[in-house]
Amino acid sequence: MSLQARGLTKTFGGICAVDGVDFDLVQGEIQALIGPNGAGKTTFVGLLSGRIVPDAGQILLGTQDITKLPAHSRVRLGIAYTFQITSIFPGLSVFDNVALAAQSRGAQPLKPAVIAALRRVGLAELAGKTAGTLSYGHQRLLELAMGLALTPRILILDEPTQGLAAGEIDAFVALIRSLVPKMTVLLIEHNMDVVMNLADRITVLNNGQVLARGTPADIQANKAVQTAYLGGGDYVAA
Amino acid sequence: MTDGSRIWALHLAALSAVIAAQILLPSYYANQLARILVLAIFAMGYNIAHGYTGLLSLGHALFFAFGMYGAGLAVWQVEWTFFPAVVLGMIAGGVSAGAVGLLALRTTGVSFMIVTLMFAQAGYLTILYFGSYTGGDEGFVVETIGRQVFGHDLAQDTPRALMAFALFAIAVLAKLWLVRSPFGRVMVAIRENEDRSRMLGYNPFRVKLIVMIISGLYAGLAGAAYGILFGYVGASFATVQYSILPMLYALMGGAGTVLGPLLGTILMFALVEIASIVTSQQVLVVGVALVGLVMFAPRGVLGVVRDRWLRWLP
Repeated sequence: MSLQARGLTKTFGGICAVDGVDFDLVQGEIQALIGPNGAGKTTFVGLLSGRIVPDAGQILLGTQDITKLPAHSRVRLGIAYTFQITSIFPGLSVFDNVALAAQSRGAQPLKPAVIAALRRVGLAELAGKTAGTLSYGHQRLLELAMGLALTPRILILDEPTQGLAAGEIDAFVALIRSLVPKMTVLLIEHNMDVVMNLADRITVLNNGQVLARGTPADIQANKAVQTAYLGGGDYVAA
Repeated sequence: MTDGSRIWALHLAALSAVIAAQILLPSYYANQLARILVLAIFAMGYNIAHGYTGLLSLGHALFFAFGMYGAGLAVWQVEWTFFPAVVLGMIAGGVSAGAVGLLALRTTGVSFMIVTLMFAQAGYLTILYFGSYTGGDEGFVVETIGRQVFGHDLAQDTPRALMAFALFAIAVLAKLWLVRSPFGRVMVAIRENEDRSRMLGYNPFRVKLIVMIISGLYAGLAGAAYGILFGYVGASFATVQYSILPMLYALMGGAGTVLGPLLGTILMFALVEIASIVTSQQVLVVGVALVGLVMFAPRGVLGVVRDRWLRWLP
């Protein structure tokens, strides 16, 4: 399923966080959204997922205009969003957290679907634990399991590797790669190794506008990107 | 034993204990227990909204009163019999809660408390204003025709006790089923993290509205049963006190537990009973109990039991 944005704009008290952005997410790709802090990345995916209402512009899922749809309806259409700041149900068990996602998509029977999602992120043994007692890294993985249990067509991940250990990041990269081309993934990420490693295409945001887009190689060669974001060419891809 | 069978066993045992008490207690206490059971239905409904879903309402007196007047007026004005009158009262509670919910659920937190309180006060004043139909301040006595069930008179101790128990048992089992259902999980999810629930595809407004209606059905059933079983319908049941009491019962017994409201109602009745030996200001005891509860055991008795020992308690 493809996702398109045309002229998407959002202003907060006079500051244009997202300024007329055109954007295409192609079925089956992994696209990364990068940019310096405050570039408008989280606001932009907030607009895509319906958490924030745009001032202007249009969003299309396939051929359907979803600009006016509330967030929960977009989730039902298959757009899942995992939060930058971990957002789980701390008082519920790990199982119940994922079950809430699975039952939302009508998974029947529920239990195998939940265990399968937990197994994919390596948390199956912790199913009975209270979610709030998990380590930060495990909570990030739980958040990801909830996203997977929604069996979305489009998965939007907001800084998913933040707080993960090195070994967990490798597992994460392998997991995301296994999701495509069935799913389409949009990734906000600060870890450049992960971005260069995973993304088919990269969109660079700066001051709410698209600064550049292209393959990882294009972006690394782009002078404007290097100035704005990569620190004047210091970055060398691993 | 699995959690499922353990849970059903525990609740059936609790119901057995209640019916045993009904039979064994001297008549004064058995009568008080019948009152407790009906008010516990009310508190269970409150608990579905507050304990499970996190909706702190101060308007439940309105739904209780709608149930009571719905049933009472049906008996008084059009001579309905017990069962249709109670069903009508229950529906009146659900409909009034749904109507209030449609408007009040646009707000959250303190605003929600204030808006629901305002609706309840407006309802109270409406009952007084239409005094020629409602009996106004004085209320009215429920006539015999509404109190006959299968040839038994609900004004008599034993039929009344059994009817209170039957309604209570149905309410407990329905609630147990509800909170263990997928929808019950969503209720708790809304309480714990509304934003996350939305991003899992749940419409929080819709879920909360359904919860308000279910909660209102419980309040309406309790109001209808209270009016008919104890033979009196009056405007005092629409005052804010009857919004606070179910909250207090549920909080004391354990918010977010199935049996908490029963336990809380029993404890509050016992407390007031004991206090009445020493003072005529029993409401003071209610206030002190509430303050103590919030300070020392905000999760209530069964909440503490669940945290410490019985993690599987629904």
